[in-house]
Amino acid sequence: MSLSIDKTHPTILMKGICKRFPGVVANQEIDLRILKGEIHSLLGENGAGKTTLMNLLSGVYQPDAGEIFVNGKRVSFRSPRDALDHGIGMIHQHFQLVDNFTVAENIVLGMPGPVRFDAAAIEKTVSELSNRYGLSIDSRARIWELSVGEQQRVEILRMLYRNVDVLIMDEPTAVLSPQEIERLFIIMRRIRDEGRSIIFITHKLEEVLEVSDYITVLRRGKVMSTVRPEKLKGKDGAVSRELARMMVGREVILEVGKDPCNTKGRLLGVEKLSVRGDRGELAVKEISFSVKVGEIFAILGVAGNGQRELVEALTGLRPIESGRVLLEDDDMGAGLERVAYIPEDRNRRGCVLDMPLVENFALTQRRQFTRGPFMRWKDIAREVRRSVADFNIAAAGIDMKARQLSGGNLQKLILARAFSQKPFLLIAEQPTRGLDIGATEDIWKAILRQREKGGILLISGDLKEVLSLADNILVIFRGQVMDIISCEDEEKIGDVGLLMAGVRRKQ
Amino acid sequence: MEAAFILIAKITIASSMAVLYATIGEIFTERSGVLNLGVEGMMLIGALAAFVATQSLQSLWLGTVIAMLAGGLFAMIHGLFTITLRVNQVVSGLALTLFGIGLTNFLGRPFIGKLSLKFEPFALFPLNKIPIVGEIFFTQSALVYPAYLLVPAAYVFLFKTRFGLQLRAVGENPAAADTVGISVFATRYLYVFAGGALSGLGGAYLSLAYTPGWKEQMTGGQGWIAIALVIFAMWDPLKAAAGALLFGFINAFQFYCQAAGITLIPSYILRMLPYLFTIGVLAVITHWKSAKMRVGAPDALGVPFERE
Amino acid sequence: MRVRLKRRLRPLTWAGHLFVPASIIAALALGALLFGVVGINPARAYLEMLIGGFGSFYNFSETLVRATPLILCGLSVGLASKMLIWNIGAEGQLVMGGIAGSGVALFGSAYIPSALLIPAILIAGFVGGAVWALIPAFLKARLKVNEIITSLMLNYVAILYLEHLYFGPWRDPAGRGFPGTAMFPDGAWLTRFFGTRIHLGLILGLAAAVLIWFLLSYTRWGYEISVIGANLQAALYARMNITHNILWVMAISGGLAGLAGICETAGIHYRLQQGLAVGNGYLGIIVAWLGRLQPGAIVIISILLGGLMVGGDQVQIALHVPSSISLALQGAILFCVLAGQVFREYEWVIETEKV
Repeated sequence: MSLSIDKTHPTILMKGICKRFPGVVANQEIDLRILKGEIHSLLGENGAGKTTLMNLLSGVYQPDAGEIFVNGKRVSFRSPRDALDHGIGMIHQHFQLVDNFTVAENIVLGMPGPVRFDAAAIEKTVSELSNRYGLSIDSRARIWELSVGEQQRVEILRMLYRNVDVLIMDEPTAVLSPQEIERLFIIMRRIRDEGRSIIFITHKLEEVLEVSDYITVLRRGKVMSTVRPEKLKGKDGAVSRELARMMVGREVILEVGKDPCNTKGRLLGVEKLSVRGDRGELAVKEISFSVKVGEIFAILGVAGNGQRELVEALTGLRPIESGRVLLEDDDMGAGLERVAYIPEDRNRRGCVLDMPLVENFALTQRRQFTRGPFMRWKDIAREVRRSVADFNIAAAGIDMKARQLSGGNLQKLILARAFSQKPFLLIAEQPTRGLDIGATEDIWKAILRQREKGGILLISGDLKEVLSLADNILVIFRGQVMDIISCEDEEKIGDVGLLMAGVRRKQ
Repeated sequence: MEAAFILIAKITIASSMAVLYATIGEIFTERSGVLNLGVEGMMLIGALAAFVATQSLQSLWLGTVIAMLAGGLFAMIHGLFTITLRVNQVVSGLALTLFGIGLTNFLGRPFIGKLSLKFEPFALFPLNKIPIVGEIFFTQSALVYPAYLLVPAAYVFLFKTRFGLQLRAVGENPAAADTVGISVFATRYLYVFAGGALSGLGGAYLSLAYTPGWKEQMTGGQGWIAIALVIFAMWDPLKAAAGALLFGFINAFQFYCQAAGITLIPSYILRMLPYLFTIGVLAVITHWKSAKMRVGAPDALGVPFERE
Repeated sequence: MRVRLKRRLRPLTWAGHLFVPASIIAALALGALLFGVVGINPARAYLEMLIGGFGSFYNFSETLVRATPLILCGLSVGLASKMLIWNIGAEGQLVMGGIAGSGVALFGSAYIPSALLIPAILIAGFVGGAVWALIPAFLKARLKVNEIITSLMLNYVAILYLEHLYFGPWRDPAGRGFPGTAMFPDGAWLTRFFGTRIHLGLILGLAAAVLIWFLLSYTRWGYEISVIGANLQAALYARMNITHNILWVMAISGGLAGLAGICETAGIHYRLQQGLAVGNGYLGIIVAWLGRLQPGAIVIISILLGGLMVGGDQVQIALHVPSSISLALQGAILFCVLAGQVFREYEWVIETEKV
């Protein structure tokens, strides 16, 4: 499936690409050129249009305007299969793997072959391929048994099996620890050195500088510039700011002015808590920590290390295997009224997209706003209007459906709803995930304001967020406490990356 | 004593056939990710079509084939609505059943009655000479014998061939299948049709062999029982056969009691048994399954596929 | 060149409302085809149906009589559907309601003061249906068993039990030709109005519609039902008690169907007899969907469908067409309305290759 090398034409040329979705222009007049044997990064904020552009290249969508050339020949992909036949394959953020199948079955799916399925032979071939690239995957394992990093390597293996010339990877490092990211980069370089091209979509500046041959910056659906990393001389700090400015359009120094914390008594006490996960294993192993009144306590870790199970146990959505949770020295159960919880999945859990804002606001406020069996819709409406003003939420009216709000505005509404509960403890899970810089700043400021009124437990995988907001940090890995660090302990802060990956510094 | 045992066993097999065909058909449909609750309607369409076609063309086999075609085409209505138009699959399936009942009631009115032509049981030489087993399995009517091949063939197809892998992929993760170039729409349409055809075959078995003739709503809920058996079988053709035989046994037991004049259990309770059995079986398997069993419904069952 | 279904950039608003009548017209066209198949002039057939259902005061009253169980069953299925519970067991709950109420009417009239007899019968009917619905409800809430199949199986069980009763222990000793129980005592007959067959059941149905509308819009319980049906995850997050709600909703849903059963029995037949289980439970499903789960629309659709069926009987008498044409027509309407709903959000797009 490797096409002949044409020195005069780039491997991929996209000209004047446009793509529109209901309510938004995702790509506008985009030109992109990918050469043979290069790692090309597509850099941009969330919503810049990077994924859409690559979906167009890999055949998932069709462009509204513009042309695509592969090795000088004009092409039009009707489906991902078309693109694969031309040697272009994409690994999406959400893996396209069948959980119940084995690695071998997933890799061979859709490829021509004999009717009778010879599992043993295929497993052998896959193992050989895996060894050649240093991917170390057991071809007989079922996907649901594998870790996220291993699943990603299965995806890569699948593309290599099909001999792609251009491999597109969409935010591959979002779910990896720093160690695994390094390993991924090694694999990427090996693939590039063979003469294949890699298009690397990300919003993380540091990674782009480390691994790219070329960088294209997208903002709001347009190409801002295309540069080689070397062209931006200077110390790393200076280069990052330049790129960040291109991404966002203004000087971005994410500082939110945190006052030193002023703590009083203990608010939340967690003692040797253990919780079981969905598959019966222990997801949280004997974790102990406490949150004081007036502080922001962060639990920092790569997603999937037990944070979800921990939070579910704290909010009563999952049974506790052993250990205790105390709210102000009383058992948690009774105190749940004074705990506000902002879930990570704001679209699915936090609100009902098809209902108007008023009805969404009532979701966690039911007891406050009822008189007997009746809902006091007028009072709720008044509260919503006040929140919209206080939090600067851009909404045309309180009867709008939640679906029509942007991510940032929806999160502000959920935050407003949580605060109107006058909670004592606020548990916020990845509160700024998927939000742009402006909304992130707003949310951070709101959270800091709340700090005085009680205590905040912040769950996040974003180091910058945690360092900006937290007074104390608990690093979690595989359900266990790696360390609890104060924000003022500079030396230990430096090790946080290692701790997140499960490496304890030897004393 | 032995004669009674053989008789009950024979009736068990005979009464399980309609439900078996429908169950296997629905397994294929659901494995592709489409939930088709219209099985009752499809079986009725098959039963009526088989009856009418056999009557007019005076050929049992032609009637059977036409019944399968009719069932498949009827299922395509559901396919059109759920696959292309992405309508809620539960609603569409129920509408299909209601439509099927209404349509067959309406069109079948002039045909109510018995058929002169029917499938008689016959001996499959020389297999029927095997002691006991031969008598039970190999002196059945013609439409039973294909089932003996269908069940293992379905199993092998599903789990040991490339096409079975593609089918299962479409049902588990259609986006993944789409990415590697499998046409989700085409696969689903194909297996919805196949499911309808097999249900139609089940219906044809009823009107041409088991209770020859046409009567309104003659399937008596077996379509629904088939749907329950799919869950009981955990989408596995071999287990489906076991479930169907269990159902057949309940029926045979009921017949035997009534025929032999055993009045220990009142007859109306006997007739309730198949339905109560279905509830029981469903409750047991759902409860047992939800405790730590990994094998379950195809992940994408009931979810319409949309690339854009 | 390819023709494809693509999501609309802006969903239709007022034009969207045209789709329902358009779908009904499409279904009527399909019906015309069916009429053609059996050699009847469709225009004449539809005219007869219209007159038969709505052409005179008496005809309209018959339509209302036919609509009464539809309203109650439609509300029954509609309420459950709001929480995404598919109550296919309305037919069985209707039957059990009829049985329970009949039990009180036949054997309790000696012990109950006459002023309380009718309320007692109605309450018994409601409870009978509610209890029958609680079986699949309990199985779903506690054991997570699929309620579609369990409630459906119980339909068959209920009908078998009904037959057993009026052929067996409750058989009419006077031995009237038509299978059934003895006639109810006078005190157990529901009042009729205007010299027609319209009975108390209609009032109950309309009252139930208003009550349910009110509950859904203004009470906390109604709000929780809407949320659970719209987004189960959000409902769990908001710590709503799902099991509690499943049981209550199913109980009321079953009760409404049971009420339909006892009203038919005590309002029209005056005895428990064959002809109670004629499919009102299943028709309730169609009514609920066509009415998009809104109580007001359900009432209107019930009356229209009632007219369709009464008209269908008329067509059978006048033109010798089996009255089950109306059932087939209803199925067709359902499909056309489903298709119409799709086109509100999607449009056909013709894609040509760029040269």
